[in-house]
Amino acid sequence: MSAGRISATSLVHGEGEGLLLRLDAPISFWGGVDPATGRIQSPRHPQYGETIGGRVLAIPRLIGSSSSSAVLLELIAAGRGPAALILGGVDAILLIAPVVGRELGLAAPPAVDLAPEAIARLPEARLRVVAQREGAAEIRVLGER
Amino acid sequence: MALELSPEERDLAAGRRGEGVATAARIVAEAARLLGAERLVPIVSAHIDGCLYHGPAGLRFAETLVERGARVSVPTTLNVGALNLGRPDQARLSAAARAEAFRQTRAYEALGCRATWTCSPYQAGHRPAKGAQVAWGESNAVAFCNSVLGARTNRYGDLLDIACAIAGRAPETGLHKTENRRARALFDLSGVSDRLKSEDAFWPVLGALLGARAGERPAAIAGVAAAATEDRLKALGAAAASFGSVALFHVVGATPEAASLEEACGGAPEDLLEERIVVDAAMLRAARDQLSTTAEDRVSAVAIGSPHLSLAEAEALIEALDGRRVALPFYANTGRHVVAALEARGRLAALGAAGVTLVVDTCIVVTPILPPGDGALLTNSGKFAHYAPGNTGHAALYGSLRDCVETAVAGRLVRDEGLWA
Repeated sequence: MSAGRISATSLVHGEGEGLLLRLDAPISFWGGVDPATGRIQSPRHPQYGETIGGRVLAIPRLIGSSSSSAVLLELIAAGRGPAALILGGVDAILLIAPVVGRELGLAAPPAVDLAPEAIARLPEARLRVVAQREGAAEIRVLGER
Repeated sequence: MALELSPEERDLAAGRRGEGVATAARIVAEAARLLGAERLVPIVSAHIDGCLYHGPAGLRFAETLVERGARVSVPTTLNVGALNLGRPDQARLSAAARAEAFRQTRAYEALGCRATWTCSPYQAGHRPAKGAQVAWGESNAVAFCNSVLGARTNRYGDLLDIACAIAGRAPETGLHKTENRRARALFDLSGVSDRLKSEDAFWPVLGALLGARAGERPAAIAGVAAAATEDRLKALGAAAASFGSVALFHVVGATPEAASLEEACGGAPEDLLEERIVVDAAMLRAARDQLSTTAEDRVSAVAIGSPHLSLAEAEALIEALDGRRVALPFYANTGRHVVAALEARGRLAALGAAGVTLVVDTCIVVTPILPPGDGALLTNSGKFAHYAPGNTGHAALYGSLRDCVETAVAGRLVRDEGLWA
């Protein structure tokens, strides 16, 4: 049992909690994730078959399509979005989804920036992500899987 | 330095020019804050990817903008939608989804966008000048706009693209700034045979390699300028942007910011390049193998035209068919600008007579058009090869235009492997 706390940088403020789902290869949400179910549908992807809904989704690197924000917005609006996003860098394409979601009055997940090496060390556990409005964020390890 | 908006931009965001433009300005400003931009940059054109229907939330966003009175403030073209608007029953969508997809096309047109409905807007008359600041979406269009036109855009995703077009501004970061446009990696192809470079099928393969190896760094490609036609650069960029995050590449001696390697790097290459990759035939064969996801040879359908076929590419298809009929479903994806040009030249009938299905205003990986079947999709497009398995359920097989046509005519896989030997 670890009671770790990991510092990160806030991108989109808010709080979210769920089991870690770490993507071991870059992903394009468009084409890579089914917008209706949130299932990773690209057979080339190592996490093929996993579903992102309710998970703390850690993505070391994003690639590809500029429709990734649209796919994430659909999942957020349908209540099938991730509980929180941990990104290995700022990705304005994906992060526009929670920004627009909030313009439309939807509950949208928080997002934080964490170095890819630190993402690689995150435990396979239930995590709570707390992102402040300005700058600071924290990832709390609630319990190993 | 934190983001600083001009007095005019603060007025926009505060709603003094209406709630529609205020919504857009707030989204652009939030994106700028996320990206660490210090200011916004005025733009002169936009290309919108967000017009494609993905579901009810995207439609709600577009209709909300219309209801709030938003209009684009710069010339703006539209990427593909989910429907062939001349043949809306071509996509196997539910009646409800088709109705929503149609409403989404109407909403984007109501915002003042031109009804181009193509992922090759740069071949439909939308060609911003070298150095122009623009906000474009759709990864192939972005790569072409930056690399081949020399205009300046980041990869604007859906939702942010239309927000920039309405606000007339974009976050001043990334590829809007000269210092971020310089090549940091070199792909040296001087050792690859001219015979291979003169094949159209070589270019998507080079793109897949570039996408996998360049990451987000602008790269310079040396040794290919002599064969670098516009359609080949388009195919290269589309594959590079599908297999990686490539938004800008320089072809030394061919693209506008790369008259020399020194110009592409913004100084002495030996001091500025982080990596030099000497590309050989074995690397290209490995990249080509990545474009196919099956070793089986059963083909259900053939598709070309991602990005949308240019007039020259459509003419090349007609020539390759040479009056024969296809025995497999064959989908040629293109824009209404090319259909009109083919019709004006009396060439459209040749495609119909050959049994080719035209997919216009949309394409086979964004909407369900392909027939069910467990065989592979054969394509000469790196982008189709990347997206077909996830989006259509068909495994991908990659081949040349000739392989595509000969396979479709014969009704079984015919591929000329000699090219890659």
